[in-house]
Amino acid sequence: MADVAVTPRRRRPPQAWDRLKRNRVAIAGLVVVAMIALVAVFAPWLAPYDPAEQFPEGLSQEGRPFGPTARYWLGTDLLGRDLFSRLLYGARVSLLIGVVANGAALTIGAALGGVAGYFKGWAGAVFMRFTDMMMAFPALLLAIALSAILRPSLWIVALVIALVNWVWIARVVYSQMLALSAREFVEAARAIGVPTGRLLVRHLLPHVIPTLLVWGTLGISTTVLFEAALSFLGVGVRPPTPSWGGIINESQSYFLEAPWLVAAPGVAVLLTSLAFNLVGDGLRDALDPQMRGR
Amino acid sequence: MMRRACVMLLAVVLLLPAMALSQGAKGAVVIAFKDDISTLDPAIGYDWQNWSIIKSLFDGLMDYEPGTTTLVPHLAESYTISSDGRTYTFKIRRGVKFTNGREVTAADFKYSLERTLHPKTQSPGAGFFGGIRGAKAFQDGKTKEVTGITAVDPQTLRITLDEANAAFLHTMAINFSHVVPREEVEKAGADFGHKPVGSGAFRLKEWVLGQRLVLERNPDYFLKDRPRAAEIVIQVGVEPSVALLRFQRGEVDILGDGIPPARFVQVMADANLKGLVVTGEQLQTGYVTINTQVKPFTDVRVRRALNMAIDKTKIVRIINNRASPASQVLPPRMPGYDRAYKGYAYDPAAARRLLAEAGYRNGFSTVLYANNTDPNPRIAQAIQADLRKIGVRADLKTLAQSTVIEAGGTRGRAPLIWSGGMAWIADYPDPNNFYWPILSCAARGPGSWNWAWYCNQKAEQMAKAADAMVRADQAAARAERFQAMYRLVMADAPWIPIFNERRFTMRSARLSGSAAIFVDPIHIPVHYDEVGLK
Amino acid sequence: MASYLFVRLGQAVLVLLGIVFLTFFLAFIVPADPARMIAGQSATVETVQRIRHELGLDQPLGAQFWRYLRQVARGDLGRSYAQKVEVAALLRSRFPATVQLMAAGILCELLIGLPAGILAAVRRDTWLDRSVMVGAFLGVSAPQFAVGLLLLYLVAFRFALLPLGGYGSLAHVILPALTLGIAGGGWYARVMRSAMVEVLSQDFVRTARAKGLPPAQVVSRHALKNAVLPIVTMVGLDFGTFMGGVVVVESVFGWPGIGQLAWQAIQIVDIPVILGVVIFSAIAIVTGNVLADLAYPWLDPKIRYQ
Repeated sequence: MADVAVTPRRRRPPQAWDRLKRNRVAIAGLVVVAMIALVAVFAPWLAPYDPAEQFPEGLSQEGRPFGPTARYWLGTDLLGRDLFSRLLYGARVSLLIGVVANGAALTIGAALGGVAGYFKGWAGAVFMRFTDMMMAFPALLLAIALSAILRPSLWIVALVIALVNWVWIARVVYSQMLALSAREFVEAARAIGVPTGRLLVRHLLPHVIPTLLVWGTLGISTTVLFEAALSFLGVGVRPPTPSWGGIINESQSYFLEAPWLVAAPGVAVLLTSLAFNLVGDGLRDALDPQMRGR
Repeated sequence: MMRRACVMLLAVVLLLPAMALSQGAKGAVVIAFKDDISTLDPAIGYDWQNWSIIKSLFDGLMDYEPGTTTLVPHLAESYTISSDGRTYTFKIRRGVKFTNGREVTAADFKYSLERTLHPKTQSPGAGFFGGIRGAKAFQDGKTKEVTGITAVDPQTLRITLDEANAAFLHTMAINFSHVVPREEVEKAGADFGHKPVGSGAFRLKEWVLGQRLVLERNPDYFLKDRPRAAEIVIQVGVEPSVALLRFQRGEVDILGDGIPPARFVQVMADANLKGLVVTGEQLQTGYVTINTQVKPFTDVRVRRALNMAIDKTKIVRIINNRASPASQVLPPRMPGYDRAYKGYAYDPAAARRLLAEAGYRNGFSTVLYANNTDPNPRIAQAIQADLRKIGVRADLKTLAQSTVIEAGGTRGRAPLIWSGGMAWIADYPDPNNFYWPILSCAARGPGSWNWAWYCNQKAEQMAKAADAMVRADQAAARAERFQAMYRLVMADAPWIPIFNERRFTMRSARLSGSAAIFVDPIHIPVHYDEVGLK
Repeated sequence: MASYLFVRLGQAVLVLLGIVFLTFFLAFIVPADPARMIAGQSATVETVQRIRHELGLDQPLGAQFWRYLRQVARGDLGRSYAQKVEVAALLRSRFPATVQLMAAGILCELLIGLPAGILAAVRRDTWLDRSVMVGAFLGVSAPQFAVGLLLLYLVAFRFALLPLGGYGSLAHVILPALTLGIAGGGWYARVMRSAMVEVLSQDFVRTARAKGLPPAQVVSRHALKNAVLPIVTMVGLDFGTFMGGVVVVESVFGWPGIGQLAWQAIQIVDIPVILGVVIFSAIAIVTGNVLADLAYPWLDPKIRYQ
């Protein structure tokens, strides 16, 4: 396997920004992310109805919800509430979870996994066994225990997600770091006397970035759905506060009857993670032209 | 390389015969459930799912006429009650055999009841027989047997109670008193629940954990033309929506968990499917418990206000009209139901006035607990919205069932609980079963299901007096006593009765048996002895 | 290598001990009483207390834990509180189905994800690349319950090509495995793609192309080697998690796996079963990670055993 040459990568932000600007797809993603963030912030002004209001005319005589109509743009849910309003308000919870919780898990996992993979030895082994333990841990039981002890809030959910999810990324970064730190250029750099910190951050981290991007973006979807499971167990947002994952969760057994109840929030989740992915890809390409190739 | 693998996989998939693997012989009645069957030990099994299966594997002294709540002698040929109402003497039928060949005698009944009472068995039903003389001493380990149960001779059993109890005969019909053979219990030990040997209409043929149970006809059953079916296959682990799909394909005859709520409206709108649905009432009430020990619910006016604030018709609509609004504690099918009593009418304005009168003009905050299985969170949210309209801001906690039950049984913990999915279906069709375990002073304490922590000494005395009326000619008077008692309870408003669930069972066209057996109040989802193939 | 395995074995035992204690502790503080769940709705207070005493639940945490450890050391995993059947028997009954679904699920993930990822990398920045990427996100974002139900409805019900859920033959495992493959394939596709892109952009690849070497050879020899490390890690992780049970897929398809057992046990706080499942999945996870760790030096000779 060929080695990657050790070239000093000096950050030149102005040029990187130019490259990013030229990347139209990434800009599109950035626009979508900005829109979603705006929706989350301005939901109370944008939503046509109160997300908790149960309209008697929102359900048929037999209690069936309605699909998209002129009055309810995305239809109603199983309690006769306006789905569109709930979707807008739901952006707050889901964005917070998808970005903050996921980001925290990513950072912790990458840092710890990378360090363990680089230094190896005794500390590395202890750390990896610790991750084994965290992986086998019954998260559901933890959620039920927490739901009773703590006052449920969004931050608890974010905490639980970060605590549970960091192990996966740690394991993957660990394996990559094992391979990377065994390459000749690392021995060479150490021989020259490059300080460890610089070696890790400046030279090794960029190789791990693609993996982090994958986990960071696909992870948004999985954490949003995970949040729903946790709220179901009573740890997170309490009804009637909406969240995208929560709407999916409470409607999914009605999938064959009222597919819009799953499709609308599902598309929202999909768009969010896709948008972040486009931005992330664009950022990576802009900052490291060497990775991009011709 | 990759391409070759894909082609091979495709070939394998296409060449596989498209088989609908039916998991039972063509001559078997097939029923599908979601949850695994927990145990078939009559002393231990206590969920709605295994209750009816156990009834078909084991027998008791008394039983109910199929499809009704009428108590009749079963393994007892006849019985007499002493004049003070405390001693029952049962004449046991001759020629009833366990499936291991041995004949059932009175000694077996004594053994079975003592087994249920013995602490080592960990039977949930021990409390039903606490009224038998000597039972408490036996449970505390002071005696080696229960002195109140005597096997006078192989065909005669005598039971003496501490006090007269009009519902005693019902306890001789519930599973906990069904007769088991000692030698088989001792042989199987703790595995008796998975290797049941009884005297019932069926015996266990096969049990593949997590997949299916097969029951086969007991050739020695004492009723010659029962059971009607030769074999019953019980599939487990089947999601209700998938069970419906299998039903439509003819692979399943009965939906054990009923029509899945998500498909209900569509099924009732389909002419073909609708004809296969049987509707009936259940001995069930869904209610919100109001903790009478927690402020501000210590004030009866607040409790009454809450009762007037809930729009029960709206809630029933949310569950697709699969229930009828409830006005009182007892369900309509229960003997002693009060048709004349209308309960609290829906009147939010009056509710607000009453709250203001009690000093809560601006409302107050509280907590509502509910179970997190569908449709209970939705029902709880509807209740929450109704309460909001009169100024009561209820924080909703939808938690795992075990957690809610624990909160309900802990003093001062849960102000309001929506009982859906957890309570209350009658153990037996007698009005006292809706009082003693969930509303009585005797039941109030840590770990009880009296989640309202309600205690009214007057009601307690009335219930006790009514239970002492054991004779058959006193039945009407007894019913009246209970009606009066429940009116007293409703005036105190420790509950908000919301609805009585109706039962909707789907059965395939090839099944015989009257519609009544599919909505039998005692046997859910079907009376297994009575169902057969055309 | 033998000494390495020995060390890992010792560490695995420690990990197991840690997990068991943590789970025990959690079950202890969960505000739900197994005795009350068993005793049911009409039980008197005395009945509940007696049951609690029989199960040994009125003892302090340390005493209970110590008793459990001694029991497990003898090879006895105890009996389920609710079903009274041996936990070992319950686990054994679910084992074959769990293994089958795990293997088929991982196979489907690889079969869907890897070719998609390779295709996307080789045809980078074309519409093919973009649609593969969208497809990956779609698969990951779609809730498994809905996907499974949809597949069942279309393939098994409407067109009657496969059985309606259940367990038994090869035909039964196809749809559940496919559901898992759709959910997990996206990850493998994305990882494969970025690993290949990294290699394809390097100088030696351009040199090889310039020299006239066929691109396929270049791809297979160098790019796959670069990708295989994170892929192997992920397979190891999937091995562990699938063996721990995939409750959603098992529920929809009626697959008698460990996931359903664990879920039901948690609902009723059936502690022996919960502990049994945790031990089982901990062993699986540790095994999966050990196998992956063993594979690294074999795949990349520069990596040495720790």
